[in-house]
Amino acid sequence: MSNQLLEIKNLKTSFRIKDNYYAAVDDLTLTVNKNEVLAIVGESGCGKSALAFSIMGLHNRAKIEGNILYKGQDIANMPASKLNKLRGKDMGMIFQDPLTALNPLMEVGEQIGEVLMLHNKSMSKTERVEKVIELLNKVGIPRAAHTFGQFPHELSGGMRQRVVIAMAIANEPELLIADEPTTALDVTIQSQILDLIKELKEDMHAGIIMITHDLGVVAEMADRVAVMYAGQIVEIADVQTLFSNPKHPYTRSLLNSVPNASETQSKLHVIQGIVPALQNLPRKGCRFSPRVPWVDKDAHEENPVLHEVTPGHFVRCTCYKEFQFPDESQGGATS
Amino acid sequence: MTFLQVEDLKVHFPIKGGIFGRTVGHIKAVDGVSFSLEKGKTYGLVGESGSGKTTTGRAIIGLNNITSGKVAYNGHDITNIKKAKLDIRKDIQMIFQDPYSSLNPKKRVLDIIAEPLRNFEKLSKQEEKKRVQELLELVGLSPESILKYPHEFSGGQRQRIGIARAIALKPKLIIADEPVSALDVSVQAQVLNFMQEIQKELDLTYLFISHDLGVIKHMCDHIGIMYKGRYVEEGTTANIFDNPQHIYTKRLVAAIPDIDPNKREAQAQFRQAVKEEYEQSYNDYFDEEGLAYKLQPISETHSVALPEKG
Repeated sequence: MSNQLLEIKNLKTSFRIKDNYYAAVDDLTLTVNKNEVLAIVGESGCGKSALAFSIMGLHNRAKIEGNILYKGQDIANMPASKLNKLRGKDMGMIFQDPLTALNPLMEVGEQIGEVLMLHNKSMSKTERVEKVIELLNKVGIPRAAHTFGQFPHELSGGMRQRVVIAMAIANEPELLIADEPTTALDVTIQSQILDLIKELKEDMHAGIIMITHDLGVVAEMADRVAVMYAGQIVEIADVQTLFSNPKHPYTRSLLNSVPNASETQSKLHVIQGIVPALQNLPRKGCRFSPRVPWVDKDAHEENPVLHEVTPGHFVRCTCYKEFQFPDESQGGATS
Repeated sequence: MTFLQVEDLKVHFPIKGGIFGRTVGHIKAVDGVSFSLEKGKTYGLVGESGSGKTTTGRAIIGLNNITSGKVAYNGHDITNIKKAKLDIRKDIQMIFQDPYSSLNPKKRVLDIIAEPLRNFEKLSKQEEKKRVQELLELVGLSPESILKYPHEFSGGQRQRIGIARAIALKPKLIIADEPVSALDVSVQAQVLNFMQEIQKELDLTYLFISHDLGVIKHMCDHIGIMYKGRYVEEGTTANIFDNPQHIYTKRLVAAIPDIDPNKREAQAQFRQAVKEEYEQSYNDYFDEEGLAYKLQPISETHSVALPEKG
């Protein structure tokens, strides 16, 4: 399909721990289309950031297997020199923590300018400054000319995040990866930043991968949602389907554990157990099964694969068919 | 008698300038805040970063110097915590926001949690170890982890170490400064449920500082909303969420992402409407300096910062 911007095929990103490689992203297949916001949801340690870093080629010592096709070219095993021509130009990334993503010793204007300079050598300095100020205006920074000469520590969290966004969109990328772009921000700023990302999507028709653990943000932003658990996608669907008809036990548990401002629940749902460490991850069988011990063993598949429930809605493993919350049978839980 | 009474609390930070480093002005981080906490209840302090909510919490426990105003705990004046008669530090504890920076990376979990015990209680090594293990179990960590270092734990586990440290001395009041902001939803759910459980068990009072209105609504009985160091609205959870009166509160409530994607359009329109109202009536709700007015009671439990009717 020509609409496809990014195609990830059987991606496996492994990290070395004491002479063994353990896959943090395990056999993941995913596509991102143009003009689409794909949200990737999951808890810390599920591999969502490892996935983002794999796409951008930012892992230092990880072993990456499989293919990441950006407009048909495989960027998974591309040498850094070639990749550098794409990164920052065709692919932009908004990092989670704006304070660590910025150089504390460099004026923010210069930092944004650097991105422009690296990909457009012919640009003169005045042009560059103009462009940076234009970008700062675009991301809604008041007094852009003044902010140009400020250092990151002089800016508030929301402003810093805007600077990081300005940097990511400086070269109008076609693929934008936003790794928890609003986690560090206040709600009012968050809604501004989300509006900004929405605008950018409309302006540039970019494909956006939005990595987050905030389901509210997903509901607001996403067109499609992929839920990740322990390195795998456990459920993928368009946003309406996922919220109205979640299937996988993990998705349902996550949705139930959010304190919701529009409803009152007395107790939040807690997923039993913990996300296993990378080394202890069960590589066989349903990876979520240890956390739903009340579900019959036979309900799980031996080698869980994604099943298409309805067109475009995929669920891993068969255990969703028999899954119930423990208090559901007594009519205690809300759906 | 109110459990904790804060009256007209002001915390101003000096701005130093000039070659002699003289004070050239003040940042009014907290500018005349009053509220009271009831025992066993949770009071939520909401606001954006920079609104002074954290400073308020820190001032109560004595981590920030109070410029003026009064803090009374159980009838005792603790405005100057160093001069306070009874040892308040034992009764009031704090859970910090960032579980990554609030634990000393060079100390073992045992030493981290035992530190308050060592300050206030004389325990033998054995007793101390036993207490720490009990506390760890209480917060759902394995007692074997006492010899580990903070970096060996996940964010949620670290936050629970922070909580274990805070409850080590069986405090009566816990100031929780964004205790779950750094955590995943399912871990957040664990920590919140856990905080509610120990609240019942130990009859704790919480001052819960957060910018996450979903969490605040879930946890709190009373809510105060701060903006630029002042209160804009105060009331019960129902007052604030069902009947917000101040334009700032309305905007804050509108900014919460809705979990239903079908309401996306409606929510966006609603937000736009609130935003327009905010811009239009800004001058009615804030004075010339952009600060909130004094609180006026509009019902028994609900007060809003409105200009005095003249």
